[in-house]
Amino acid sequence: MTGLSEEVRPNKAFGWAAIDTSGVLSPFKFSTRGTGEKDVAFKVLYCGICHSDLHMIKNDWGTSIYPLVPGHEVVGEVTEVGSKVQKLKVGDRVGVGCMVGSCHSCDNCTNNLENYCPEMIFTYGAKYYDGTVTYGGYSNTMVVDEHFVVGIPENLPLDAAAPLLCAGITVYSPLRFYGLDKPGLHVGVVGLGGLGHLAVKFAKAMGTKVTVISTSPSKQKEALENLGADSFLVSREQDQLRAAIGTFDGIVDTVSAQHPLLPLLGLLKSHGKLVVLGIPEKPLELPAFPLIQGRKLLGGSMIGGMKETQEMIDFAAEHGIKADTEVIAMDYVNAAMDRLLKGDVKYRFVIDIGNTLKSIS
Amino acid sequence: MPKPAGEEKQQKAFGWAATDESGTLSPFHFSRRENGDEDVTLKILYCGVCHSDLHNLTNEWGFTSYPVVPGHEIVGVTTKVGKNVTKFKVGDGVGVGVMVGSCKTCECCQQDLENYCSQIIFTYNSHNPDGTKNYGGYSDMIVVDQRYVLRFPDSLPLDAGAPLLCAGITVYSPMKYYGMTEAGKHLGVAGLGGLGHVAVKIAKAFGLKVTVISTSPQKESEAINRLGADAFLASSDTAKMKSAIGSMDYIIDTVSAVHPLFPLLSLLKVNGKLVTLGLPNKPLELPVFPLVSGRKLVGGSDFGGMKETQEMLDFCAKHNIAADIELIRIDEINSAMERLARSDVRYRFVIDVANSLSAVG
Repeated sequence: MTGLSEEVRPNKAFGWAAIDTSGVLSPFKFSTRGTGEKDVAFKVLYCGICHSDLHMIKNDWGTSIYPLVPGHEVVGEVTEVGSKVQKLKVGDRVGVGCMVGSCHSCDNCTNNLENYCPEMIFTYGAKYYDGTVTYGGYSNTMVVDEHFVVGIPENLPLDAAAPLLCAGITVYSPLRFYGLDKPGLHVGVVGLGGLGHLAVKFAKAMGTKVTVISTSPSKQKEALENLGADSFLVSREQDQLRAAIGTFDGIVDTVSAQHPLLPLLGLLKSHGKLVVLGIPEKPLELPAFPLIQGRKLLGGSMIGGMKETQEMIDFAAEHGIKADTEVIAMDYVNAAMDRLLKGDVKYRFVIDIGNTLKSIS
Repeated sequence: MPKPAGEEKQQKAFGWAATDESGTLSPFHFSRRENGDEDVTLKILYCGVCHSDLHNLTNEWGFTSYPVVPGHEIVGVTTKVGKNVTKFKVGDGVGVGVMVGSCKTCECCQQDLENYCSQIIFTYNSHNPDGTKNYGGYSDMIVVDQRYVLRFPDSLPLDAGAPLLCAGITVYSPMKYYGMTEAGKHLGVAGLGGLGHVAVKIAKAFGLKVTVISTSPQKESEAINRLGADAFLASSDTAKMKSAIGSMDYIIDTVSAVHPLFPLLSLLKVNGKLVTLGLPNKPLELPVFPLVSGRKLVGGSDFGGMKETQEMLDFCAKHNIAADIELIRIDEINSAMERLARSDVRYRFVIDVANSLSAVG
């Protein structure tokens, strides 16, 4: 239940929300706060569908608050700015990712790591400072603190830029943090979905040699010809795995299902790094020997801070990195969710909010 | 060019070996090569009893080749040097640790990381390129290539310094590699045994705040009063463990049995690092969520290269760091192993080889 009655907030808004754990989305009227002095209000044009949205609408993680308006890969055009807003003005192309608030005073916030702030507020399904629940980008308008809004350069098409705001930063940040961004390094990408396909593009742009590691041989052609990967390894083929042992400087593992770590650790050279981004339901088995005998490490990462998110967007603009998307109408969203559950998308659905989200009378 | 096995001149040696998976040690005659041009021969004075010795004796890891003479924390006095040996002369105090050979040409060897060479030759339970077998320090003498012999600092006690050759370097190396030496930072040491107690001493010498995490509440007084730890956390004390959540910059995990990682990962701050050093024969359960949500990492480390091992010995000499030992006679080794299996030792057994090992017949 919201702390503050919806009717008290000044701006009418509408979107699509899930109202129970069936996860079925349907039209939903709500309202947003007025544009505060540090706020940016914008008309939503596109919103990417992240796999997390699917988890949240079904309450897979047990944290969902209904009605839930998902969407944290949001792009749009500024309609109003508060009196203290400095970076942005009306008409600017902007984006909002996974967070809309943080404490601004802890060590993490001070170091541009708002994503690790213990009081970080998620873009949707979270309690905001005024007691209301945040609503995400499957909606026509949003009001967000300027700190959590990034500018999108003119040369990045908005629909293809939307997925960068979660998937993009989620793979960009660990490539930088774990030092897998140096030209000449050999980087593996496990899983070719929303995260994986962008990991390939970013890693290539950083000058690394990229091998896609996948259970599906059918993805090979795409990986090599469309995404620009240098090679492809079918992880179920023991011969291929054996031949590649000890050849990777790093591996970015985007798979969220249960899967064995031992083969991936074996693929790493000594001092190699395995980055895990997907969160399986149960713990994974970690064999100690390969970690110890090769001084290897396994680390996690979660989205990125605002400074780095802007840096990632600018890097993408500079290198022409866009997500591969399937743009859909708002009323296709439930079918899209069913297909997403089966991994049937190359590689991100993006909702054409601006043209297809009809207002609700 | 090494001569084929059998043609190389061999000399008599004597030690204690286990001949089967019972792991029971008994007197054993064997042979070693004659001192070659690159070799140093040492009369063994002391040898530390490492938990790895126990793992190997009972074939817990599945690759023991019997008969096995364990021992890789060897301290002795030089009795012979080959004509190409410049660093050592007869009478020098020397040490030999976990390895006695490597390829010398690969990237790892060239970077003073011989311990990660893919052709590493361990001090015992290993074979040389010519097919001859290696026996460890529970014996009267050993012949080792000068590259793998350490100069034993004069100010370090020979008996209490022996465990540094494995336990010491095993904790020192990851502290340097993973950047865990910043004065004022908070290090947790999980497990208070051979590795753990040396980790506490070395960490204090680096100026770290140290908390010992242990399943044995009775070790608290020792940890604080004798070893100099700043705090003690009994892992069964759920309230204290809860209040310590997110309080540590790093953790060195020395526990050799299978144990849960989740409680330890919770103790780390964001960007915290957990180094795991124990080698259980089954995988550990790794919950991925704390790694992702806190950008934490789990890394391994395997003793250290020769240059760093020497650096560690000199560091310990400078800071008066030696192990806390219980000196035993060679004929007490079997009961010592039983006690080691129960963690009943403060904190390393060291065999007084010179005074208790005598050839029979």
